[in-house]
Amino acid sequence: MRTAFIHQLIEEAKTNDKIFLLVGDLGFSVVEPFAEQFPERFLNVGIAEQNMVGIAAGLAMEGYCVYVYSIGNFPTLRCIEQIRYDVCYHNLNVKIVAVGGGYAYAALGPSHHATEEVGMLRTIPNIVICTPGDPAEAKAITTFSARYSGPCYIRIGKAGEPTVHTKQTFLEPGDILPVIESTADIAVFSSGAMLKYSFDFISENNVNSSLYSFPFVKPLRKAQLISLFKKYKRVITIEEHQLNGGFGSVILEELNNFSETEEIIKTVKVRRIGIPNKFFSIAGSQEYLRKAASIELKKEFFTQENRN
Amino acid sequence: MQFSNSAELAKAIRLKSLEMVYNAKASHIGGALSMADILAVMYFDILNINPSDPLQPTRDRFLLSKGHACTGLYAALGLKGFFPVDDLNTYAQDGSIFLSHTSHYIPGVEISAGSLGHALSVSTGLALAAKRKKKEWKTYCLISDGELNEGSNWEAILFSPQHQLDNLILIIDYNKIQSFGKVENVIQLEPLKDKLVAFNWDVFEVDGHSHEELRNVFANCNNSTIKKPKAVIAHTTKGKGVSFMENKLLWHYKSPDKDQFEQAKSEILSIC
Ligand SMILES: Cc1ncc(C[n+]2csc(CCOP(=O)(O)OP(=O)(O)O)c2C)c(N)n1
Ligand SMILES: [Mg+2]
Repeated sequence: MRTAFIHQLIEEAKTNDKIFLLVGDLGFSVVEPFAEQFPERFLNVGIAEQNMVGIAAGLAMEGYCVYVYSIGNFPTLRCIEQIRYDVCYHNLNVKIVAVGGGYAYAALGPSHHATEEVGMLRTIPNIVICTPGDPAEAKAITTFSARYSGPCYIRIGKAGEPTVHTKQTFLEPGDILPVIESTADIAVFSSGAMLKYSFDFISENNVNSSLYSFPFVKPLRKAQLISLFKKYKRVITIEEHQLNGGFGSVILEELNNFSETEEIIKTVKVRRIGIPNKFFSIAGSQEYLRKAASIELKKEFFTQENRN
Repeated sequence: MQFSNSAELAKAIRLKSLEMVYNAKASHIGGALSMADILAVMYFDILNINPSDPLQPTRDRFLLSKGHACTGLYAALGLKGFFPVDDLNTYAQDGSIFLSHTSHYIPGVEISAGSLGHALSVSTGLALAAKRKKKEWKTYCLISDGELNEGSNWEAILFSPQHQLDNLILIIDYNKIQSFGKVENVIQLEPLKDKLVAFNWDVFEVDGHSHEELRNVFANCNNSTIKKPKAVIAHTTKGKGVSFMENKLLWHYKSPDKDQFEQAKSEILSIC
């Protein structure tokens, strides 16, 4: 996803001379091609994330479309007030890009576990929250963000994730992408980098379930979401993030809104999979940490018939 | 493990760090090697600590802020007997408490770090607590040069003299390289000594690989009657002790392959 992002950003920067990339002393062996091609629109501002977002806001006030790039919690939580007040309140054209979403840097420990930032950022007005699920989505999100004027957060994984989508994707804000469409009354809603895992689980276990990828946490396309709730009795949300306030919470909130307005009148059961509001202070691979945090699908989630 | 002097400990810290990084295919060996001599002198000669009682209330507090260089600290603590050295074989493996950034769940580690620019403010709080509680112990905080880009450090640097925290000793591992360039090309720190002096600190400058200079400077810090926080600017070499790693940004990221590991090991062993 990291590679897809930087390649696409270079493509966009070729035709859009407003694109500016700031890095917080990061990006070794990733951002060099951008820096070489557009030296006037690249800067390593140092290990100073609050300053970096402030600088981005200033550049954006002067017409630049500014990408800010760092790891997980550093361009997000570390400078969340600059994001809220300088960028979002002034509705500036700044894109916050975090690599290492979720447990992508698992063995590096909680400082590098980006597992709360979506929940925190999504409460801020004006910001679009993007969580691409594979390199194809990362590419499409990069294009979308470069052409969209306003604050965006882009959570990407690491390098080397396999591509799940077979078709070229273009994304409008809020799009939900069907990946597997089955006849069963159950669907998995996958957020961000859980896509490959969910796809493999359903395919390898011959589970009769649909799968949708959500490259956005905010906004979500209302009509599309309503049609999904009408179609399925059971939904499983899966995310590499705390359950509190994350993607699954968004789905529950939306569902509740739709039943309040009576746009949905049936019962849809939602099972949320995510992190149970705990820190994990153990080393291990991304797969190991996901398992430890119970971010996993189980066959019985699908076989259990509705008890209604 | 018994060591007869800090040089032996430094050598063992370097070897152990290298081994951990090699076995786990991990990063950040450069920054572990640059501070190995500082750690050896601290843990052999300076710190009042008790490996069998890591949380003894009267202990000196040593906070490593550049948490990515954790292998150096883990090695020092294991070799000093805070836990069996063999535990380090689990470094970065599934289920291990030895994370690739310092973890306070490990005996002897005062603070989890890894997000740069946190531990100096916490150290300032500890030093303030010692003052308020009228305790004799000292707080030592080791930070990197790149970390001085962070505003939070400068907030702590402004705060400490205001409250005459003469029980706080800041050590800067000034290896002149950060993550994506040389310090002078990213955010120039010079004139660093003048800056700290102007901020009202008592400032010392040493060769961060000379154990004698390090011992003397910490003795001077501890004997000083000047009511100011102390800063030790330790000039170091990133990757110190392994010729092909010295002063190379690449070794912030790279893990040695088998041949490189063997060569690095023999170079470290040949240091007298
Ligand atoms: C707040 C924060 N921003 C960015 C990083 C990513 N990062 C890890 S190490 C490092 C810099 C390494 O250079 P330096 O701080 O000088 O350490 P040393 O040379 O001693 O290894 C950076 C930017 C981080 N860990 N924390
Ligand atoms: Mg450095």
